Amino acid sequence: MRFAPHTDEDVGRMLEAIGLRSLDDLFDQIPPSVRLDRPLDLPDGASEMEVLADLEALAGRNRSADDLVCFAGAGAYDHYVPAVVWALAGRSEFATSYTPYQPELSQGVLQALFEYQSMICELTRLEVANASLYDGATALAEAVNVARSALGRERVLVSGGVDPRYVETLRTFGRGAGYEPEVFPIPLGRGGEPPVGPDVAAVIVQHPNAYGVLEPARELFEIAHQAGARAIHVFDPLSLGVLAPPGELGADLAVAEGQGLGNHLSFGGPYLGVIAARMEDVRRLPGRIVGETVDVDGMVGYVLTLQAREQHIRREKATSNICTNQTLMAIAATVYLAWLGPQGLVELGRQCAAKAAYAAERLTEIPGVELLFPGAPFFKEFALRLPRPASTVRDALVDRGFLAGVPLPDADGHALLVAVTERRSRAEIESFAEAMREVLA
Amino acid sequence: MDLSRPGRRAFSLPRLDVPPVELPGELARRTPPVLPEVAEREIVSHYTRLSQRNYGVDTGVYPLGSCSMKYNPKVAEVAAALPGFRRLHPLQPDHTVQGALELLWRLERALCEITGMERATLQPPAGACGELTGLLLMRAHHTRQGNPRRRVAIPDSAHGTNPASVRLAGYEALHIPSDARGLVDVSALEKLLDQDVAGLMLTNPNTLGLFEEEIEKIAAAVHGVGGLVYYDGANLNAILGRCRPGDMGFDIVHINTHKTFATPHGGGGPGAGPVAVTKELARYLPRPLVERNEDGTFRLEAGGPDSIGRMHGFFGNFGILVRAYVYVLLHGRDGLKEVAERSVLNANYLAELIKGAFPLAMPGRPMHEFVATAKPLKDDTGIRALDVAKRMIDLGYHPSTVYFPLIVEEAMMVEPTETETKETLDGLGRAFLQAAEEARRDPELLHAAPVTTPVRRLDEARAARQLKLRW
Repeated sequence: MRFAPHTDEDVGRMLEAIGLRSLDDLFDQIPPSVRLDRPLDLPDGASEMEVLADLEALAGRNRSADDLVCFAGAGAYDHYVPAVVWALAGRSEFATSYTPYQPELSQGVLQALFEYQSMICELTRLEVANASLYDGATALAEAVNVARSALGRERVLVSGGVDPRYVETLRTFGRGAGYEPEVFPIPLGRGGEPPVGPDVAAVIVQHPNAYGVLEPARELFEIAHQAGARAIHVFDPLSLGVLAPPGELGADLAVAEGQGLGNHLSFGGPYLGVIAARMEDVRRLPGRIVGETVDVDGMVGYVLTLQAREQHIRREKATSNICTNQTLMAIAATVYLAWLGPQGLVELGRQCAAKAAYAAERLTEIPGVELLFPGAPFFKEFALRLPRPASTVRDALVDRGFLAGVPLPDADGHALLVAVTERRSRAEIESFAEAMREVLA
Repeated sequence: MDLSRPGRRAFSLPRLDVPPVELPGELARRTPPVLPEVAEREIVSHYTRLSQRNYGVDTGVYPLGSCSMKYNPKVAEVAAALPGFRRLHPLQPDHTVQGALELLWRLERALCEITGMERATLQPPAGACGELTGLLLMRAHHTRQGNPRRRVAIPDSAHGTNPASVRLAGYEALHIPSDARGLVDVSALEKLLDQDVAGLMLTNPNTLGLFEEEIEKIAAAVHGVGGLVYYDGANLNAILGRCRPGDMGFDIVHINTHKTFATPHGGGGPGAGPVAVTKELARYLPRPLVERNEDGTFRLEAGGPDSIGRMHGFFGNFGILVRAYVYVLLHGRDGLKEVAERSVLNANYLAELIKGAFPLAMPGRPMHEFVATAKPLKDDTGIRALDVAKRMIDLGYHPSTVYFPLIVEEAMMVEPTETETKETLDGLGRAFLQAAEEARRDPELLHAAPVTTPVRRLDEARAARQLKLRW
């Protein structure tokens, strides 16, 4: 199937207008020595029907969260996506538009992003948010760049409770930026304080952390501030109806994976990188920022602003190289947050917390199953120590219709991270616990 | 927020069927966030209205140079929304995601064939991230040779992401001048190259839409000092099936799926920026990669000690990669070649239509896009490229890119893409000519434009001076 609309007559008339005889003449400037003298080794083009059948067959070989009851989390969560979200965010005037360089033709995207920035500020109780980054992991790398450039300091301290994939992403970005993240043990009330010093630019704490545990974030951010470092909070946006927001905990920069805000699991992407900061860092923020202004008649309108930070103006002096971001995911998050409203966000947080607590209670009744961090408070996710290797248990539970969670390297591979969202019913939790009991029997 | 009324709501959740719990008081939120309190019906009309204040490819021709804003096939949306893709958790065991892994593997093979490379990572979530990935691969390669080197060469016509990415990779940008033809000045390049240059980033055809005819000489010069040659895939659309970066001497290639493979750009993303490399560089690719087992099944492979690590929390923008793969399957080998042919035909035809008013900035034959200049018009009438762009809006068209590349005065960078009809191009051409004619007859029309949009020209200086970035 092809989409170029030209008839043979069109091609002939257009070539004539240009003054050429054949389509090949259009490519004369390519030296013969580098021309491809054979067809690409790809299949012939196919009809829409055939392609869709092929894709359906591929999709059919996956076992999705519609098929397996999902207790997997670790940065991607099976939160419910209301019908209204993609009915609106998926409208093709949004979906098929480019970055809003012509603001008069892009007020829809621009205003939606302005609303997004506003809602993220409200959620986090920080002063400014940008219009999105790629995902949680890369948003953290960008926040570190902000901290290092603000303070002119080198070192980056990362709590051992930060998602290991985020740490690996930092390590990768650090190869270019010139730092090596230093991981300090998770505190859990047993010491393990960040080894701050006058050369530390950032202290990074994930709360709830990668084991689901709520960290003493306030104390850790205070330690960061005493050393003059930026405190960076990796947060869960869906927790912020019930948990204190980054701004109130003392964070200077807050980043998150925004997937849960109306975006599908989609095998890891496209997701939504959230970043918020205090006004002192506004000119160091990466990516697009939308601002309100007026037109020549005094009508309120929206534009991309502070573009002097950006790559297309500043080139090598830009705060980041971000060009394309995740705008459509941010629009979905905006619709989702409008749908939830303040009461919905609180209710959703309460349900996640209650269902996770209930699941932990049922699961730890199984002989040999215990919490990896007994007594530590958690929100919607918790780590279990199992009597058998977690990956074996997880695979056995797939056969019983459950995606049991994500195995962790801790406890000699016997640790399993379990997430429980508002989507899980009491009946599902109970049958999950029953299946786990049978598998471990 | 103006629509918000306390107590009004849209959400519905099932009744809590387990005992409630209290979270520790010192960690609890005391006051809920101030989010809108609105009914679902209002949400729908609000965002529907916003969408109507936005122009997309589905609305009409979108000739933004360097952006390849072609038609986005609807069937790709259907495929990406299949529950077997959209409802997959990224950390499921491999045996439950065989179809997804096979799709990624097949797409990697296809992109390697199209670019003439050996292996590819599909992880970078956008082209700029692909650039950084490629440069980190470059750094890893040189570091292994004993010296990461200090500089990366970039032509002065390059997109701004190139130098920004270079700096993020820990390098300095070494600027290479263009010659009078708008091509890399090869003798200047040769003089600037030394053992401290890690590589060269090049777009080909370049941002002027011109093919770098001396590409082999350029690549040989960079290789001669031990450097690597990086292909910025922004303009890959022009050469599909005609020639391949690998055959021109490039070592690293990034691809913008929203350009070449028509994945919808979402008003600024999501994109995807796969990076393909030569066999020699494959060991440095980010992890994980998809590998095929002997029995025909697929696995995610963590990769060896030389991998640069990870450019994304998971595997990149999978939903976008599904759409790109659909596009490849629909077109196949001949269809992709036809994409290149028709995109170059359309650009050349449009350039011909408007050259009387807006001459080409450079003498060479353009490929899939061309850079014209409004400088003669400005000299005659004072009307700038920006005014022409705004008038185009009133005439019913999305304007071209303006003021880029930076080396052309009053630049108008036009890329109609292959999916527009001759009739559309004729209409677009007439609109350009009409704007030029009005510039002489009634310049106020252009100064005042646009007048048909929900808002008129916006005060960008005020937006930056009196920051209002939230409610």
